Amino acid sequence: MTVPWGETRLVQGNEAVALGALASGVRFFGGYPITPSTEIAEILARELPRLGGVFIQMEDEIASISAVMGASLAGAKSMTATSGPGFSLMQEGLGFGCIAEIPFVLVDVMRAGPSTGLPTQVSQGDVMQARWGTHGDHPAVVLAPATVRECFDLTIRAFNLSETFRTPVILLSDEVIGHMRERVTFPRREEVEVIERPVPETPKEWYEHYHPTASNVSPMACYGSGYRFHVTGLTHDRQGFPTRRRDEVNEMMERLKHKVARRLDELVEVKMHDVEHSRVVIFAYGSVVRSAKAAQVMLEKKHRRVGVFRPVTLWPFPDREVKQHLDEKDVIIVPELNQGQLIHEVERLTSDTVRVIPVQRVDGYEITPDEIVAAAMEVM
Amino acid sequence: MPAEFPYEHKYLRAKKKFPHVWCPGCGIGIVMGSIIRAVDSLGWSKNEVMVVSGIGCTSRMPVYLDFNTLHTMHGRALAFATGIKLANPELRIIAVMGDGDALAIGGNHIIHSARRNIDITAVIVNNYNYGMTGGQHSPTTPLEKITKTSPYGMVEPEFDICELLKAAGSVFVARGTVYHVIELDGLIRKALEKKGFSVVEAISPCPTNYGRDNRLGDAVRMMESLRDDSVNVAQAARMKPEELAGKIVRGVLADREAPEYTDLYLELCRRVRSSGEVGE
Repeated sequence: MTVPWGETRLVQGNEAVALGALASGVRFFGGYPITPSTEIAEILARELPRLGGVFIQMEDEIASISAVMGASLAGAKSMTATSGPGFSLMQEGLGFGCIAEIPFVLVDVMRAGPSTGLPTQVSQGDVMQARWGTHGDHPAVVLAPATVRECFDLTIRAFNLSETFRTPVILLSDEVIGHMRERVTFPRREEVEVIERPVPETPKEWYEHYHPTASNVSPMACYGSGYRFHVTGLTHDRQGFPTRRRDEVNEMMERLKHKVARRLDELVEVKMHDVEHSRVVIFAYGSVVRSAKAAQVMLEKKHRRVGVFRPVTLWPFPDREVKQHLDEKDVIIVPELNQGQLIHEVERLTSDTVRVIPVQRVDGYEITPDEIVAAAMEVM
Repeated sequence: MPAEFPYEHKYLRAKKKFPHVWCPGCGIGIVMGSIIRAVDSLGWSKNEVMVVSGIGCTSRMPVYLDFNTLHTMHGRALAFATGIKLANPELRIIAVMGDGDALAIGGNHIIHSARRNIDITAVIVNNYNYGMTGGQHSPTTPLEKITKTSPYGMVEPEFDICELLKAAGSVFVARGTVYHVIELDGLIRKALEKKGFSVVEAISPCPTNYGRDNRLGDAVRMMESLRDDSVNVAQAARMKPEELAGKIVRGVLADREAPEYTDLYLELCRRVRSSGEVGE
């Protein structure tokens, strides 16, 4: 299966992720079977050997994320895909990727938890785990697709961001988007930008694996390139050697923070549908966006105007956009497939005069447009 | 005697701040020396050698070495190494781990690396305890031995590292000690030369923790014990089972041929690409 550039196809969400990865030039997939993400592994198991790339099914998810990071350090565009329980097992590795600044893409197709939960049913329970699941302060970049086409586009974007920022990027999909099939018109190849990681031009004896730069991201040599360097999960200096010197510790921690916090314009993406002229706005992400947009149409027929505000980038959270576009509203309805995760971010960023209303489900079923309509009708 | 160690300027990192983290009397530095001499004797360039480790005293080794080096998470050296090897099969990969790192938290990865027969050499420094955290029991702590977490004596039986990895499929398994250094140099060299998953267990004293807790004497006494309480495979073959009880058997314990994983995978890629075959 090759990327059907410029063509229109009926495609499944997980399939679109695999195609997006192939379009990005993925050359290493390490994973472990878990519902509802497994199609991504199955497609790449078939396609990567045909491209001279590597597919390996590891012995568990910890091994998977470790092998993925090893492959990335050796120069391969690398990824893994998993779901809740596997995502939990990968958390320590995710932190290693953050501190060692290793680019790779982690796809979490969310299912209902906690624990084994409802393995074949949808949830958005991993939103906070995606931000804070690994220990210690760390940057997090998390994207959430709402359509099958976005599964393709955002996988490419995830690779581009991870190579640009030298950090793990999480594609936070969910069971509904992952398993849904819809008509997708693929872009033409020339419409898609694929970014490769910056590589050093410095002489080898001058190379520092963590050289401070204006962007806070250092060009990255790979193992076997003739640049010999050290990588560790310990707090390290510019060369990658362990340090406890306070100035060096602070420099590293500040750099990790600022490489994301000072480039929000490149990272944060929101989509708004009639937000500007509506007093009531639905804040939704992932598959719930579909119900939110259906509710918007249903409410319009009842002569009630609501907007839909959707963060495509969940982390870093679009603080500025929420403050700018939602703080003057009367009501914000936040439908989420969890017991309240991003609603607290919306509350944090809006004044007490704004009513923030939850619509929540954790029984493995989608929030229906009717439920959102009912919540809206109560306040309109 | 620096004259007998002419490698330090070539193989140790000039920019790394020494001294190292290891305690006086520790054997890990001796194993590092053996690895350096083995690599040197093979004439490999520093650019083609990759040393990967997990967490623990032994796993601090890579930072001192002027190779491609990676200090990963506790237990995960071989999983990282697997990714590196597959992404760049040209690299010659050495995974250095302690007994806890390799066999407790990393136990899953080591048996599967052996099963796959991926071309990595695992050097496991066995000092019978977790040194870095202060001397807790590990999967190789012998029965009845005292550690900080077995203060009344160890009640769990131990793993025999070499038997475990022979059974899991390693094509080369050897055991040495840091007392028998020249022998250890040779065992590591043979392991490095072997295509496939090779293992060298290097027995090493931990006088600071395990030695003190079990009243095994000072560092010198512990080294003498390695001399007195071990036999090589040729000697062992002539001994009765009751004479062998409690002895460390040194030497090559398994050496066999089996197809190597990276080769098989690359061959699969070539086959699929040339035939245009699409898998089900």
